[in-house]
Amino acid sequence: MDKTAETTGVLSGAAATRTDGHEIKVAASNVSVFYGEKQALFDVTIDIPGRQVMAFIGPSGCGKSTFLRCINRMNDTIDICSVTGTIEIDGANIYDPKIDPVLLRARVGMVFQKPNPFPKSIYDNICYGPRIHGKARAGSEMDEIVEVSLKRAGLWNEVKDRLKEPGTGLSGGQQQRLCIARAIAVNPEVILMDEPCSALDPIATARIEELIDELRERYTIVIVTHSMQQAARVSQRAAFFHLGRLVEEGETDLIFTNPSDQRTQDYITGRFG
Amino acid sequence: MSDKSISTAPAVQTGNWYEPDAKLKRRYASDRRLRFYGVTAIVFALGMLAALVGTIAVTALPAITQTMVTLDVELPADKIDPADPRSAGYLKLFSDAVARLFPEVDTPKETRELRQLFTSSAQYQLRDMVVADPSLIGKTVAFTFPLSDIGDQLHKGAIDRNLPSDQRRVSDIQIGWYDRLVEQDRITAPFNWGMIFNADSRFPEQAGLWGALVGSFYALLICFLVSFPVGISAAVYLEEFAPKNRWTDIIEVNINNLAAVPSIVFGLLGLAVFLNFFGMPRSAPIVGGLVLSLMTLPTIIIATRAALKAVPPSIREAAIGVGASKMQTVGHHVLPLAMPGILTGTIIGLAQALGETAPLLLIGMNAFITAAPESMFNPSTALPTQIYIWADSPERGFTSRTSAAIIVLLGFLVCMNAIAIYMRKRFERKW
Ligand SMILES: Nc1ncnc2c1ncn2[C@@H]1O[C@H](COP(=O)(O)OP(=O)(O)OP(=O)(O)O)[C@@H](O)[C@H]1O
Ligand SMILES: [Mg+2]
Repeated sequence: MDKTAETTGVLSGAAATRTDGHEIKVAASNVSVFYGEKQALFDVTIDIPGRQVMAFIGPSGCGKSTFLRCINRMNDTIDICSVTGTIEIDGANIYDPKIDPVLLRARVGMVFQKPNPFPKSIYDNICYGPRIHGKARAGSEMDEIVEVSLKRAGLWNEVKDRLKEPGTGLSGGQQQRLCIARAIAVNPEVILMDEPCSALDPIATARIEELIDELRERYTIVIVTHSMQQAARVSQRAAFFHLGRLVEEGETDLIFTNPSDQRTQDYITGRFG
Repeated sequence: MSDKSISTAPAVQTGNWYEPDAKLKRRYASDRRLRFYGVTAIVFALGMLAALVGTIAVTALPAITQTMVTLDVELPADKIDPADPRSAGYLKLFSDAVARLFPEVDTPKETRELRQLFTSSAQYQLRDMVVADPSLIGKTVAFTFPLSDIGDQLHKGAIDRNLPSDQRRVSDIQIGWYDRLVEQDRITAPFNWGMIFNADSRFPEQAGLWGALVGSFYALLICFLVSFPVGISAAVYLEEFAPKNRWTDIIEVNINNLAAVPSIVFGLLGLAVFLNFFGMPRSAPIVGGLVLSLMTLPTIIIATRAALKAVPPSIREAAIGVGASKMQTVGHHVLPLAMPGILTGTIIGLAQALGETAPLLLIGMNAFITAAPESMFNPSTALPTQIYIWADSPERGFTSRTSAAIIVLLGFLVCMNAIAIYMRKRFERKW
């Protein structure tokens, strides 16, 4: 199943390892983002370890989404947006002009705040990514990818009898899991999630959180969340952003119990934001 | 201070629940007045529309039927060569049949007057009948053909018999012959298929819309084939790919201006460019279609851009997020989702083009052409220009045919708009 690493090996380079055994998957240094004249992100430097969940927290408008979207160059689609600094995935700079953003996005999947399935069948939603990347031919090979992806996203049992029905006909929580399945169908290495549960009820949220916990075995996950509890539940590491700057980053337990910065302390205890 | 003012403020008088006070009544009254104005405006608009369509329909009524006469024509085998039935002397055969029915008519003047009751092309219709079915040769057949305009008017009661003879278009003797034909049950008035399936003619009883329908069809086909792909490409480029800068702003303003350019200007442009510069054939549907496509382009571009804008950004993000290129995002997702809106706009644009007259007049599509065009390069008329030609013709029969042609044109327009509305409803999507 894990053939992505060979087939899309556009990025290569030595990945640094950390003392705690998790190699660094994404390494950002001095990333600044400008929307036209306005600077939204200031010199963010952060290492994101592989096969863990990293949570970005911080008050609204502090640049979490902006930074997240830098990691798969989603910001390229905004005309006025410009990015400086470097982001390395497995040691290769993704802002290198030689890197093709389309291939990059096959390796760095994304799940959005609002579930956004294509207005097509559930099956077509999943197989769209593999098809355009030529990862599988139509037929049994594709069927298998669809099944595996839906199983990993914990949606298989609910939809296996109605794969031909439109994805937009599912409930909100199911739609979001469909979007996760769609993202993992192209077998990415990193999955970015921008407030994936903000449109869901507590039960659907719990399912997604469980799912994130399972997915962490295979994928590197970066999640933006406004819920401190959620960050504490699903993440191993957390990064706190404030006014476009990375204030502090570390193990989630430490950040929540013993933050080193006063602003972090104020935010997680609910004094602002 | 503020506390005090609140406590001393007079309580608002609102009457009780069942009897609204004067202020409330005034409010309701003004609501009702507004509603009344609205209803009046709608009634006025509908009334005008009904009056318009009503008068046209009433005028068109006589054109629904065409008065026909049936004669027994002998087709002797020795006068018609079965190997070449086209070249026989049908005028003689026809005249013989008329003479048998009216043996007393023998002076040339009377014969001419008698022939004025029948359509002038009767012998050709007889020929076509025999050519189409050579087995008729050697028999005596019942030949049905149209009465002339005056005969038709006489039958439909449009000519007043009580007027003195020199003030009406038929003479007393012609009325006598007509009455004899009626007595013999030779006059019928079936549905006027000729109105649709005949080409144009100088004689109203033979004039039909077929040439104009074919011409309009070709012109709209060209218009669609040119403006649809070009319009969509332009709109997709402007909306999805073009950088947003001063140049694209200028282009956008100009496209919007183009939509407001009077159609006659497009006609002049077509005359100068397609006819005079490129030397394309005059009066041909291909030129008409090209001119109309110039007019339809802005409509399609504007509709397409609106439809593209209406596709939610979340769909684009979803596609780009799984690694679709810009082109794939547009081709696989955005464009299909925008298609209903695009098609609706296109149909409305084509409906406008169908009714457009001025530019076609300038490129000569109002020529008098008695055969439907065989291809889009042959001279032809179009529906609106055919109406224009007929409206200009003095014969009484053309008055009702003009209105009937207008009804046909309106029918097409209503159908096209209905399809557009249906598609908008059918494919309306909620995200
Ligand atoms: N497309 C854009 N154009 C201009 N400015 C933008 C754009 N997107 C974001 N910004 C600005 O960048 C800053 C950071 O926005 P961002 O969306 O990253 O915040 P966020 O931390 O994700 O907030 P939230 O928690 O509310 O989602 C904000 O000040 C915002 O106004
Ligand atoms: Mg955000």
